[in-house]
Amino acid sequence: MDNHLFLQRRERLMALKSRREGKSPQVRAVAGKCPGCGAAIPKAELAKNLYVCPECGRHHPIGAYLRLSLILDPNSFRELDERLAAPNALNFPGYDDKLKALRRATGLTEGAVSARGRIDGRECVACVLDSRFFMGSMGSALGEKVTRAVEHAQKYKLPLIIFSASGGARMQEGILSLMQMAKTSAALERFSRAGGFYISVFTHPTTGGVTASFASLGDITLAEPGALIGFAGPRVIEQTIGEKLPDGFQRSEYLEEHGFVDAIVPRGELRAALARLLMLHERGNRRG
Amino acid sequence: MADRTAEQRVALARRAGRPGTADYIAHLFTDFFECRGDRLCREDPSILGGVALYYGRPVTVLGHRKGKSLEENLTCNFGMPGPEGYRKAQRLMKQAEKFRRPVITFIDTPGAYPGLEAEARGQGEAIASTLALMSALTVPAVAVVTGEGGSGGALALGVANAVLMLENAVYSVLSPEGFASILWKDSARSGEAAELMKLTAADLLELGVVDAVIPEPEEGAHTAPEAVYAAVDQALAAHLTPLLKIRDCAGHRYQKFRAMGALAASGREGL
Repeated sequence: MDNHLFLQRRERLMALKSRREGKSPQVRAVAGKCPGCGAAIPKAELAKNLYVCPECGRHHPIGAYLRLSLILDPNSFRELDERLAAPNALNFPGYDDKLKALRRATGLTEGAVSARGRIDGRECVACVLDSRFFMGSMGSALGEKVTRAVEHAQKYKLPLIIFSASGGARMQEGILSLMQMAKTSAALERFSRAGGFYISVFTHPTTGGVTASFASLGDITLAEPGALIGFAGPRVIEQTIGEKLPDGFQRSEYLEEHGFVDAIVPRGELRAALARLLMLHERGNRRG
Repeated sequence: MADRTAEQRVALARRAGRPGTADYIAHLFTDFFECRGDRLCREDPSILGGVALYYGRPVTVLGHRKGKSLEENLTCNFGMPGPEGYRKAQRLMKQAEKFRRPVITFIDTPGAYPGLEAEARGQGEAIASTLALMSALTVPAVAVVTGEGGSGGALALGVANAVLMLENAVYSVLSPEGFASILWKDSARSGEAAELMKLTAADLLELGVVDAVIPEPEEGAHTAPEAVYAAVDQALAAHLTPLLKIRDCAGHRYQKFRAMGALAASGREGL
């Protein structure tokens, strides 16, 4: 009974946080004018459509708690490492203040939320990057959070799902940010060799060090439609090669065509796709 | 060690005539046999690798290659590998493991190449899977940052049990120019950025990112290369020898990188 009350409290907390995400300036901006087709969609309708434009199908970025509430079974959410926060290890001027301001504005402590929960009754660890926090950039706290999610999944022999959305490295943490690529990739390699199952889901946009580390190491790799996915950003490439990039370059569909994505899954079908993949990879389903 | 600003070290690290991977291979090793190609698509000369003897022991040696002349620079794409370079590196690392050879890498790149074809063939995936593979190698690995350690393209050859760095080499999350342009929209402020970024060997030693700094001649490595080869040789041998006795090289390496920015120890966890 006590346990049940706790679960309900956690659920209310997640619902509260995801509702708050629905009121964020980012959501207001895309509701006013879709960056894909320019349509003005009433906020309530956009929310009902999971923040996918009903006119052009553009998948707008969503917050981590909202994402978790869309995929996890009711009353199964339990947040992991929720108080993990970034240190200003390089004493970078202004970094502490910027972190404080972002924490107030988003209600997040870092650019990722990790949780343990169930999808169609199957237990898993889910880690979601949130682009509202420093563009989901990977500093040491984000790298540590991802690594701990991997280690948690390995310890309890659970499947792991990571939703990526990131501008790359966190500039303010310099080289320590770069080292998170090695740390997260090493943790995933261990997890993989121990037989762990990892689904990586690319969402818009995922570039830089996150693409070049944990996001590209899934046993199964999914992407939301139209997401920008790449190592170098399109502007840097245009400057380097001195020409305009073709339409659709570095989008989910381009990556699928080039062999880097198993499937592109619209947001509304993601929960069912994940449930099926968890079922197919369940250890008890192995023969012999 | 010489007293220099970070900006001056960036200039020295990039200086033409600074010894590169091909020089270290020629002077520190014998019987080098170059292995070419990724067996998937093409040969990427911006990563040079093969098998050689180091004090009579077979080793796999790999590094970024910038080239010596303009013609070579162009062939080697100024040391900026594409996915094929990293996939070749993976192929060589797997062979090192198969034949129980230590892996020695030399890092000197502005970064992985940001080009259209590189993206089309999965630059991100190539770097990610190299990081994962190198992290779990069961043979010892030593990396030496000899010039520019630029971003993920450098780190892909840097997940080693011991990471050494030349006094005037630099190692950073991206170039000071890129850093200044992202933070202040002004790439001309790269000198200022270089100071803030903590990219010098001394800074990185303090941060625990590198294990040892190899001293250079007073005016930089290019002024007396022979002395530099001797210093690198000495440091390499000193760090490789104890690693040859370690049973769990992969575990040793994992703990080293696991500790990078591990927050529990810093006392900063919890707001």
